[in-house]
Amino acid sequence: MTNYADITRNGLWDNNPALVQLLGLCPLLGVSNSVVNSIGLGLATIFVLVASNTFVSIIKNVTPAAIRLPTFVMIIAAAVTCIELLMQAYTYELYEILGIFLPLITTNCLILGRADGFACKNTVGASIYDGLMMGIGFALALYLLGAMRELIGTGALFANMDLLFGAAAIDWKITFYADYPQFLLAILPPGAFILTGLIIAGKNYIDNQIKKRNETRTDDAEKISKRVRVTGKID
Amino acid sequence: MALMRVTSPHAHNRQTTGQVMQLVLLATLPGVLALTFAFGWGTLVNILLAVIFAIALEASALKLRKRPIKFYLNDYTAIVTAVLLAIALPPYSSWWIILVGIFFSIIVAKQLYGGLGYNPFNPAMVGYVALLISFPVAMTSWPAPIYLTPDELSIPNPINALLIALTIIEQPIIDGFTMATPLDLVRQNDALMIEDLINEYPQFGRWSGYGWEWVNLGFLVGGIFLLQRKIFTWHTPVSMLLAILIMSALFYDGGSSASAGSPLFHLLGGATMFGAWFIATDPVSSAASNKGRVIYGAGIGLLTFIIRKWGNYPDAVAFAVLLMNFSAPLIDHYTQTKPYGHNTQKKS
Repeated sequence: MTNYADITRNGLWDNNPALVQLLGLCPLLGVSNSVVNSIGLGLATIFVLVASNTFVSIIKNVTPAAIRLPTFVMIIAAAVTCIELLMQAYTYELYEILGIFLPLITTNCLILGRADGFACKNTVGASIYDGLMMGIGFALALYLLGAMRELIGTGALFANMDLLFGAAAIDWKITFYADYPQFLLAILPPGAFILTGLIIAGKNYIDNQIKKRNETRTDDAEKISKRVRVTGKID
Repeated sequence: MALMRVTSPHAHNRQTTGQVMQLVLLATLPGVLALTFAFGWGTLVNILLAVIFAIALEASALKLRKRPIKFYLNDYTAIVTAVLLAIALPPYSSWWIILVGIFFSIIVAKQLYGGLGYNPFNPAMVGYVALLISFPVAMTSWPAPIYLTPDELSIPNPINALLIALTIIEQPIIDGFTMATPLDLVRQNDALMIEDLINEYPQFGRWSGYGWEWVNLGFLVGGIFLLQRKIFTWHTPVSMLLAILIMSALFYDGGSSASAGSPLFHLLGGATMFGAWFIATDPVSSAASNKGRVIYGAGIGLLTFIIRKWGNYPDAVAFAVLLMNFSAPLIDHYTQTKPYGHNTQKKS
């Protein structure tokens, strides 16, 4: 029943929460203006997803269907509180920057969606793995968007990484163009919308290319193995 | 009964999009000349670079979309968009500012939405607003009128203007080369009489800003020429100007700079005339029926004044036009004209 390869493929590409399901757009657009912010929020989301999927899956047999959603939300809120306190303890500046978007993970449709759509129907192992893959898929999209926005907006990458990785990361910043004038549009919310649209367009383009290649392959295979019966008109 | 007897053919020579756009280009001439006389060669350099970028980007976008390139370039719409954006930009803008603006106009606002006729927003204004949000400093530093530039600063000749735009030589960023525009001054001072303001700052002219009044009159002349050639109807520009006139008359208190200046100051200041005759009249992104156009134009005028007086930006035509572009479909929905004979549902 549970196919781990399928779960991986779904989470990372075919059913990517950010680019295909378009879930969790609020944090995706809100905090993705630099790499460090998106890594921070991505890690927090992965943690919450794995934790909530685990516990939802464990208690799935004793939860009455009528009150399952409140139960899930309680579990998610508990996980979010944990990660919030952890970030407050270890990465206080980043916690300050992410601000309201950390507690808002509770209301992220992605997490409730996975809890209700997957974890409460599958085994604990599969649920943990699904949470991990969906979380990584979301975090990767967030990370890509953050990198694009930081690069286009400020002309540099990996600024302020010390907020997350400690003092060793202080000089990870790569400046590509010294006199770059700040391109504020990329850092402001409209830039997030435009770039998300472009990323989705890019993903659809790749999907179409793959589909086309597969079609030509199966066409070739059919030509060899099958006789084509023509019933209509040939142009 | 003296009925006019007109013999066939009743069909008149149809104007192609290209011909209409060429007329629009022609009509911008008086305003562009006034801008050049007032602020130097920068505007013409803006136009030159913008047109080159627009043709290149339009052609490459059409090629990517597998559309006939020559056919679409011949309708001159990309060039008109480029010229309108170039006029709106501060003279002596750097080439990369123009390139980013044209990219947003042609690629994002026009081609991504499906090309000519499918853009819900005015392309030139999308480019302008993207630039204004992204590079607020560069976009709000207008050069001082030539007449006011101190003698020791030389006015760039055409070649130097081009070199400044290509960032080969530095723009002389000295006080005196760029100055606050009159709209800026009125916005930022609120403890003086307008009279004092006018005496203190030389940027004010007879009715409005020095130079600005002639620029606006130039665009007014061009607009009336287009109106006479029936390129657009009077509804949008006239209702927009009326709205600005009424609003500025209502909120003018006779002379303190806490108010936003006289009606004449607003009608002939900033981008009022340019916006009314050349931006708001864009047939694609505006409302469709005549009644709708009145509402659309009045909305632009109203929003322009509101943002000028209470908003964060000194001028507001671009924002006002984009906001009304948003509402144009809604306006169309409520102002649909009824076909003749279908008006049977009388009000009781």
